[in-house]
Amino acid sequence: MSKQYLLEMKGISKSFPGVKALQNVSLQLEAGEVHALLGENGAGKSTLIKVLGGIYHAEEGEIYIDGEPVNIDGVVAARHAGISIVHQELVLVPYMTVAENIFLGREPGSRMNINRRQMTAEAQKLLDTYEMNIDADMLVERLTIAQQQMVEIVKAISFNSKILVMDEPTSSISDKEVGFLFETMRALTKKGVGIIYISHKMSELEEICDRVTVMRDGQTVGTKVVKETTKDDLIALMVGRELTNYYTRDYLEPGEVILKCEHISDGKMAKDASFELRRGEIIGFAGLVGAGRSETMKAIFGLASHMTGNVYVEGEKVNIKSPVDALKYGIALVPESRKEEGLYKVQSVRFNSTIEVLKEFIRNLSVDVKKEEEITQKYIDMMATKTPSQEQVIGNLSGGNQQKVMIGRWLATNPKILILDEPTRGVDVGAKAEIYTIMNDLVKQGMSIIMISSELPEIINMSDRVYVMNEGRVTGCLDHESVTQEGIMQLAAK
Amino acid sequence: MTSRLKNGVVKYFKDNIGIIIALFAMCIFLVIFPTTRATFLTPKNVFNILRQNASNLFLATGMTMVIILGGIELSVGSVIALSGVVAAGCVVNFGLPEIVAFLAAIGVGALVGMFNGFVICKTDIPPFIVTLASMNITKGIALVLTGGSPIRCMTDAFKFPGAGYVGPVPTPVILMIIVFIVATFMVNRTQLGRHIYAVGGNAQAAKFSGINVQKVKFIVYTYTGIMAGIAGVVVASRLYSGQPTAGDGAEMDAIAAVVVGGTSMSGGSGRLGGTLIGVLIIGVLNNGLNLMGVDSNWQYIVKGFVILLAVYVDFIRNKKAGR
Repeated sequence: MSKQYLLEMKGISKSFPGVKALQNVSLQLEAGEVHALLGENGAGKSTLIKVLGGIYHAEEGEIYIDGEPVNIDGVVAARHAGISIVHQELVLVPYMTVAENIFLGREPGSRMNINRRQMTAEAQKLLDTYEMNIDADMLVERLTIAQQQMVEIVKAISFNSKILVMDEPTSSISDKEVGFLFETMRALTKKGVGIIYISHKMSELEEICDRVTVMRDGQTVGTKVVKETTKDDLIALMVGRELTNYYTRDYLEPGEVILKCEHISDGKMAKDASFELRRGEIIGFAGLVGAGRSETMKAIFGLASHMTGNVYVEGEKVNIKSPVDALKYGIALVPESRKEEGLYKVQSVRFNSTIEVLKEFIRNLSVDVKKEEEITQKYIDMMATKTPSQEQVIGNLSGGNQQKVMIGRWLATNPKILILDEPTRGVDVGAKAEIYTIMNDLVKQGMSIIMISSELPEIINMSDRVYVMNEGRVTGCLDHESVTQEGIMQLAAK
Repeated sequence: MTSRLKNGVVKYFKDNIGIIIALFAMCIFLVIFPTTRATFLTPKNVFNILRQNASNLFLATGMTMVIILGGIELSVGSVIALSGVVAAGCVVNFGLPEIVAFLAAIGVGALVGMFNGFVICKTDIPPFIVTLASMNITKGIALVLTGGSPIRCMTDAFKFPGAGYVGPVPTPVILMIIVFIVATFMVNRTQLGRHIYAVGGNAQAAKFSGINVQKVKFIVYTYTGIMAGIAGVVVASRLYSGQPTAGDGAEMDAIAAVVVGGTSMSGGSGRLGGTLIGVLIIGVLNNGLNLMGVDSNWQYIVKGFVILLAVYVDFIRNKKAGR
């Protein structure tokens, strides 16, 4: 070995019943570097991290730290080896204070008599070191998601780890907080800590990462120095093919107005939104988080308790009081938060695909299983969903494939108007491109789409027109020839 | 059609193989064991097991749906007492025909179920608390109505649902088959059935899907109440009396049957077919311990450990299968 790495993982293999999750994976991390781990969902990043963290045990392979072989056979062993992991899902105890969470399981003081004051003071010191502006005495449930994320990071750092793993830490925090996070990361690397950083956001890689290792289908396909590579190279490595057209969009002349909304309000976050949608058109809704975009759509879909305003479908005034009404008028909504508002996680792909259209195959106490399978297969094919079978429990699919099933579920209702709320959140690049292609196909066939998105490139490249919202109001509308990021941001902050 | 039936049977065995083996093993043990060898497999004893556990199956079908919904229902045991008392009281004190008395008793069960469903839907109080309260209320009403003593009722018609026969088959066994078929159709062959799984799996998503979450809950709790009412009739009929202390702890036997049958307490998944085996396991266990002459106090201890073991084995098996 010519060079001694801080961490070296060699020939790691791990399988689950029916799946080979990792095959001969290798990874080298140097001290003081931020090393990105890149790959589509399901490529094996999370599994690799769980092996490193002692949650899974690899069947084959060795792990070396500072050149010494280590045996990581549990979470405690990983911690002793100097490894800390900030998981994508938050694992804080909501009804405990920030300090209690940070020192959970290693409280200062004696076993029977915890020194609370010392604990709080030490936690506060840690929080202040990284200027986090969080009170150590506060209950975690009262923090925002972003703040909870910061607490997780502080907790991980507080173990004085040499190796820190961050699994998509920026997926739920604002730009300003991302700035803080990056500063913290830089401070850590200066002290010689090695950071493994998992993210889907390419722009972040250039800003914070030194090297990048790309994984695909459970194997490592290459390690590159970030400065010497391009975004397109990395995407090609990830998907295993050239993605020539990331955004697919043929702008055609849209038809007549199909949906017209005036002064939509839910009495809370949505205050006064007016817009119209024409046949065969995609309109984008941009704005900052909390601008009331999702709430406006939920109100139109019949999910708000006190909705005011007028909705016209194909020129006729309609009164939508529940999602059932909305479906009757041909409106479908794929919700923003897949996990909370969409998935039946323990159920099969088939159950999840057909729950909207039960009446097409369940009649008079008989289930037409063949019809049910046909419907499911139709949308698996249409969305190019990758699943081993229709019986597969949907919770075991990757985020991108889950999202495809969700979109398919609503397409099965044959909507005229499809509302997609953050359709590509937590979806890998390959699947993203496929979703864009499908959206383009759908509008070409005469469907109309409303897309809420916080990803400006996606909004700009996919929309005929972009409505911008701020504080519950539509502040402007830009058409696709004149829309720019700056233009949107100006309206979003108006 | 026959191939579909065959597939269904194969799938049934595949889904429930662990508990089917457990049930089989218990039966084989009782067939071999010296003190039970002569009696266990006699038709009389087999019908006896089924007769005694019919009421548990009624409760367990409802309980399965409630638990799939992510809820729990503790008042069913008390409903057995109250509806039994009402059935006997209607005949003895008001001279009503038995069939009317039985319907009144089932109606009382439905009312308790509707009460549970209504409170659970209209407030955010967890089902555990709501049904704990209605368990006490219901039991209290049964005790107040009777002053604590049983109402004896010995007419032939009254004895029919619990102690009677249709041909050679005990009436409760017939009722058991009917209830199980109805429940299976309800869960597997209706939109309501799918909606139950959806609401239990993710209530928020169900709302987005346009499912009337409250209606689904209300129907399931009402159904469970009706089943408890029927169980009350059968138990009272078998005991020739409406007893205010009948059905004590019956809710726990029902829950045990459901979880032994492989339904997850966290909601969203579960199978009625498993519950049927669960009921039989609990039934054979009770019967076997009795035949072996195990002291009734010790029976509780054995039963507790067997439930734990059965659920644990199933849990391990599912984990291995990556479910």
